[in-house]
Amino acid sequence: MVKVHLWSGLRRFTDGVEVVQVQADTVGQMLDGLVAAHPGLAPVIAAGVSVTIDGVLTASRFSAVTQANEIYLIQRIKGG
Amino acid sequence: MAKDEIKSEYRLIGTRPNRPDGLDKVTGRARYGADMTLPGMLFAAVVRSPHAHARILKIDASAALALDGVKAVVTRADFPTGLTGEDWNLQENSMAGDVALYDGHAVAAVAATSRLLAEDAAKLIKIDYEVLPHVIDVDDAIRPDAPVVRVGAADHTVPAGSPPNVVKCLDFGHGDIEAGFSAADLVREHTYKTEATHQGYIEPHACVAQLGADGKGEMWVCTQGQWYIRRMCAAVLGIDASGLRVTPSEIGGGFGGKTIIFMEPLALALSRKAGGRPVKLVMSRSDVLRATGPTASASMDVKLGMTKDGKLTAAKVNFRMQGGAFLGASPVGEALSCALACYDIPAVQHDGVEVLANRPKAAAYRAPGSPMAAFAVESLLDEMCHELGLDPLDVRLKNAVREGVKASYGPTYAKIGLVEVLEATKAHPNLLAPLGPNQGRGIASGFWFNHGGETSVSLAIGEDGTVTVSAGTPDIGGSRASLALMVAETLGIEYEAVRVNIVETGALGVNEPSHGSRATFATGKAAVEAARHAMAEMCRRAAKEWGIEEEAVVWKDGAAMPAGPNAGKFPPMSIAEIGAKMGGNGGPISGHHETNADGVGASFGAHVVDVEVDPETGRTTILRYLVVQDAGRAIHPAYVEGQYQGGAVQGIGWALNEEYVYGANGRLQNAVFLDYRIPVASDLPMIDTVIVEVPNPGHPYGVRGVGETGITPPLPAIANAVAMATGARIRSLPLSPPKVLAAIKAKGRG
Repeated sequence: MVKVHLWSGLRRFTDGVEVVQVQADTVGQMLDGLVAAHPGLAPVIAAGVSVTIDGVLTASRFSAVTQANEIYLIQRIKGG
Repeated sequence: MAKDEIKSEYRLIGTRPNRPDGLDKVTGRARYGADMTLPGMLFAAVVRSPHAHARILKIDASAALALDGVKAVVTRADFPTGLTGEDWNLQENSMAGDVALYDGHAVAAVAATSRLLAEDAAKLIKIDYEVLPHVIDVDDAIRPDAPVVRVGAADHTVPAGSPPNVVKCLDFGHGDIEAGFSAADLVREHTYKTEATHQGYIEPHACVAQLGADGKGEMWVCTQGQWYIRRMCAAVLGIDASGLRVTPSEIGGGFGGKTIIFMEPLALALSRKAGGRPVKLVMSRSDVLRATGPTASASMDVKLGMTKDGKLTAAKVNFRMQGGAFLGASPVGEALSCALACYDIPAVQHDGVEVLANRPKAAAYRAPGSPMAAFAVESLLDEMCHELGLDPLDVRLKNAVREGVKASYGPTYAKIGLVEVLEATKAHPNLLAPLGPNQGRGIASGFWFNHGGETSVSLAIGEDGTVTVSAGTPDIGGSRASLALMVAETLGIEYEAVRVNIVETGALGVNEPSHGSRATFATGKAAVEAARHAMAEMCRRAAKEWGIEEEAVVWKDGAAMPAGPNAGKFPPMSIAEIGAKMGGNGGPISGHHETNADGVGASFGAHVVDVEVDPETGRTTILRYLVVQDAGRAIHPAYVEGQYQGGAVQGIGWALNEEYVYGANGRLQNAVFLDYRIPVASDLPMIDTVIVEVPNPGHPYGVRGVGETGITPPLPAIANAVAMATGARIRSLPLSPPKVLAAIKAKGRG
């Protein structure tokens, strides 16, 4: 299981929980697992979120995640 | 070429060779968007709404079409229906549907055999409007009784009962916010406003587009991202992306504003309707200011708690931003995420809303959202430092984030360089320069995430051992030079032996645009991997020639050579020798790399500015300006310094002069550079720069990306300097002379 930190505005989709545990070996599985466990997150994730692993942004759904990683969903970041 | 005085184990990285595009640009040979000409080409003109909000009742193009030489007129009726989400936004912004949503919104377009004829024909297209109530200001737009820009535009984040123009809500934070404020000796809260500004790229948008009835076409266009342009145009026009070949021109500035489409689908639609003849469409400056994407305007509340020795205990921000008439265009999420990112604060709370207004669809602008957020937070921080008698730089250092600290936006920071930046700032001689009457010094910190993204690079070895790199990220800030340096360093050859071409959409896999300060980071990372790929193949070819195992050959100093004495005695085989032989021993040698680049390193900076304010006129003169920023590694320091200076200058314009000024009728009043005044060389001193290098472990040479952070601190740094010079704190931008003069007079009366 990996622990995923959600921003506080998403608590209403997760019964008030800010750190959600899902079974996942990759970022893609983690995102899919979040939606499966909390369907209210589907439009949020579909609209685009950024993921950090140990403080570094990752864009690949294949990036590996383990229970030792610090994983955050943050606002989708675009650049100029 | 001289190597900079930095500790570096590299042969080429950190040197300043001639720029590869220099000769073309100084001799006028460089081909920009408007320079392409094709046989049989038509010229386009666009009819734009003169109203901020109006229902389009009828479009009559008969008089225009009756003119000899007019070949096509298009309206929204010529575009497919049924689009959703951002595709619909793009289509609607390219060409109005039932309602014109802002002054300058395209309503029709015409193609003719000359530009003058097209412009005359555009004037003959008769449009009947029903003018609707409009709203421009972000705070006005949020009022419950404001004119509704678009019904039903809000997304899932907006609670029922919210004001009708609120389309997105955000909130995040951590820590006990009330306990944090209770622990403070000083708590202050103020509201700040910034106006919309434009990127101000010197080259207007321009393209030549050709599209046949078979859905196949080509476009030559000034853009930051040819694949994005292709995908967006294909969606808006209902054609296959691969049917459209997009070639980027040389680019005269973008800063985020050329990452999306505005008029490109109109040129393609006109071409299709004109039997596939190519159509050139070049925006005027007025078109650019009225109808492309400026940044958002913002209204921001900030509350900070600080102990008497300068430790921040809590922070609360509440931002309202409008990004025009389209959901998702404002950078409110980025603004909130950046607002407090420089500081280690135990308790933070961020709230924000995106609001619709009758203004053009905002586009990205260099560190989107971060400059406005910095203006609000860094202004209040500075004010509190002075109130407590603390040194603003020491307070920033005391609270600075570092590796292992929890960021305000959530995660724990990896390796970052803000402390090193602030220490380098503190050591700079500009801070010792004496200040005279009516002069002030301002400091501010700034942050940007940087970005990786989809990237594809190809690299080919020539028959003479020179190397051609095909990259997909348009060179907006020196990436051809930095890519050539990284490839040459990796291959062990000279910089001059590498040519980097920015190629069209058929030549590589999908590349994201040059945005997010990613080109030198992500394309550089891919180019290094492509070079390593080619090196491995060259080692294989040498092994074949020598009749030894591949594993017994290594690449060193631009040549293949035996790995050790046991591999055999062979003289090094240079890249030129391998190139000369490759046709007969296996064919062409190339390297490729495709990735969604991870390992991005955030970048922090600090600016110090000295100003003098004329108490008679309120005019602010920049006396000295210092930029200190962590580059990770400066591949070509001259370009890095140029990025720092460019960011500072754009920020100076934003702070002092630039703003979109709308009349009561909702029309933009200053749609030319004479009235929308960006800084010119004579307004500015030389911008001093210090490159700090805290290498990013996620890049083979330590690159972080330098394009955006530099525009973040200038807004508050200048506001802080003006406050020191005048004694009057102004909490809205720009600090135009009339506003500063009024503040000075009000202070005198007070």
